[in-house]
Amino acid sequence: MKHRPDRNVRRGERSFGKSVLLHATLVGASFIAVFPILWVLVISLRPGFAGSSEVHLFETSSLDNYRYVLTNTKFATWMANSLVVSFATTALSVFLSATAGYALSRFRFPGHRSLMWTFLVTQMFPVAILVVPLYNAMNALGLVNTHTSLILAYATVAVPFCTWMLKGYFDAIPIEIDEAGRVDGLTPIGTFWRLIFPLARPGLAVTAFYTFLQAWGEVAYATAFITSDEQKTLSAGLQAFVTQFKQEWGYLAAASILITVPAGVVFFFAQKHLVAGLTAGGTKG
Amino acid sequence: MATAVAARTPARFRRTWDKYWYAWAMVLPVVAVLGVLIGYPLVRGIWLSFTDANEHNVAAVIGRLHLPDSYRFIGVRNYQSGLFGAGTRFWAVLGRTVVWTVSCTFFHYVLGLGLALLLNRPLRGRTVYRVLLILPWAVPAFISAFAWKLLMTRDNGILNYALSALGVSPLDWLGNDTLALISVIAVNVWLGVPFMMVAILGGLQSIPLELYEAAEVDGATPWQRFWHITVPGLRPVSATVILLGTIWSFNMFPVIFLMTGGGPGDATQILVTYAFSAAFEGVRDYAVSATYGVLILSMLVVYASIYRRALQSQGEGAW
Repeated sequence: MKHRPDRNVRRGERSFGKSVLLHATLVGASFIAVFPILWVLVISLRPGFAGSSEVHLFETSSLDNYRYVLTNTKFATWMANSLVVSFATTALSVFLSATAGYALSRFRFPGHRSLMWTFLVTQMFPVAILVVPLYNAMNALGLVNTHTSLILAYATVAVPFCTWMLKGYFDAIPIEIDEAGRVDGLTPIGTFWRLIFPLARPGLAVTAFYTFLQAWGEVAYATAFITSDEQKTLSAGLQAFVTQFKQEWGYLAAASILITVPAGVVFFFAQKHLVAGLTAGGTKG
Repeated sequence: MATAVAARTPARFRRTWDKYWYAWAMVLPVVAVLGVLIGYPLVRGIWLSFTDANEHNVAAVIGRLHLPDSYRFIGVRNYQSGLFGAGTRFWAVLGRTVVWTVSCTFFHYVLGLGLALLLNRPLRGRTVYRVLLILPWAVPAFISAFAWKLLMTRDNGILNYALSALGVSPLDWLGNDTLALISVIAVNVWLGVPFMMVAILGGLQSIPLELYEAAEVDGATPWQRFWHITVPGLRPVSATVILLGTIWSFNMFPVIFLMTGGGPGDATQILVTYAFSAAFEGVRDYAVSATYGVLILSMLVVYASIYRRALQSQGEGAW
């Protein structure tokens, strides 16, 4: 949580050659990290791209692909669905994992260890195998083709990991704060809600970020649970796209960029807290 | 209601209840949700693996006609034929899964550690580098898979374009057996490094600065400082992220599924994609898919138990 000034090497101690090498490595790595997405962006701006990589990229750029995707397809509906599902999943998962994480962090109650162990085991379930039985369960609950089914399914994926992370985060908050709250007459739940929850904001931001992206990008459940075009989320909608516009890379690229933007926005707001949030989760996991 | 329960139960239970009810109340929602949505499918999946269920004999609704389940319990026959039957693909796929998991986790960790160490130095533009390097994490995996597929297209992908500009003959990135495996591993490494980097960066920042100062006073070389302070200081983080990384890679589905679909042939098939294709491609064989699921799960549980045991014997691992 604390941003410390640095470590073993102070600025100025490093030789010029080393500096160049350091920056060169980081620039190279950043390039590899960003290039694939940048390339999709470039292609999305080229009208009528049929798959050629001749390099007169920047001569003709236009927003035609975007216009087409937004007006001639159900893209906007899917986008709205995705936003609803992702935000609801995030709210639900953060709430559930925060309460559970706090209980696991503060109380050594019977079942504590086996619960931690269970959370780890759920990380091992291959999603691809759960799809069929989970579909049956949703069917029995009458939830097939609703957004609720997706929200619940995504929560099951996100909650165990988030609980783990948040437990570590709560571990890092001094227990004296709880005790002070208790002395002032707050219930355990009141202590959690009024004192600890606000202090854990960075950890919660990471959790929210993780959950949102998980929900935003999930493919298997989204394809299996939603049957009507109107209810589809982006990841399932794009599958239809792929078959429909097999050779129209430009439309696909434009759609990809539009899908990436909201994730990028969420990411931008969360990234400041990311390092601090994961530290706690990682070290105390 | 609580008093009614307490009155009927022995005093010992009441004491436990009084002491812990709020802790239980706080974990109850999670347990309930997980119980219904993971517990039930899991039990059903295990049951299916002992049956001969496929798309022809499970319950279905065709128009107004409701067909009940008609699959039968067949004992361990699925496991027998899956593991030892003639022409079983299990061992080959398992071998490839191990290669995939080990290489992915290795490169995730090593590259993540390297980048974290670089980013942990005082450096102009550190924030910019950090944001750029974490970016692959922010992009949904299915978009990344699409982006890389676009780069690796044989006839006019930018990678081959770059190769031919350098005078090298173009490669069939996703069409050649070995190369396809290397390609999907590379893409998964690209996807996973940001998480490792961020986690390790966090770990580095939690190592007390005083240790480094003391070591410097004692005249320790940078290498000694790395080996005797950084490495032990990172151990708790490393233990967790390597375990999680292994499990995630082992079960990584979208990259392979969307980029190669396991092909060419079986060249990039890992257990998860194989199980999925058994359940959703051709004649849907739910029993075989469930069998693979149970096998995957058991292997991972065994792995995690050994891992935990090993950590505990070193005095690590709070869980």
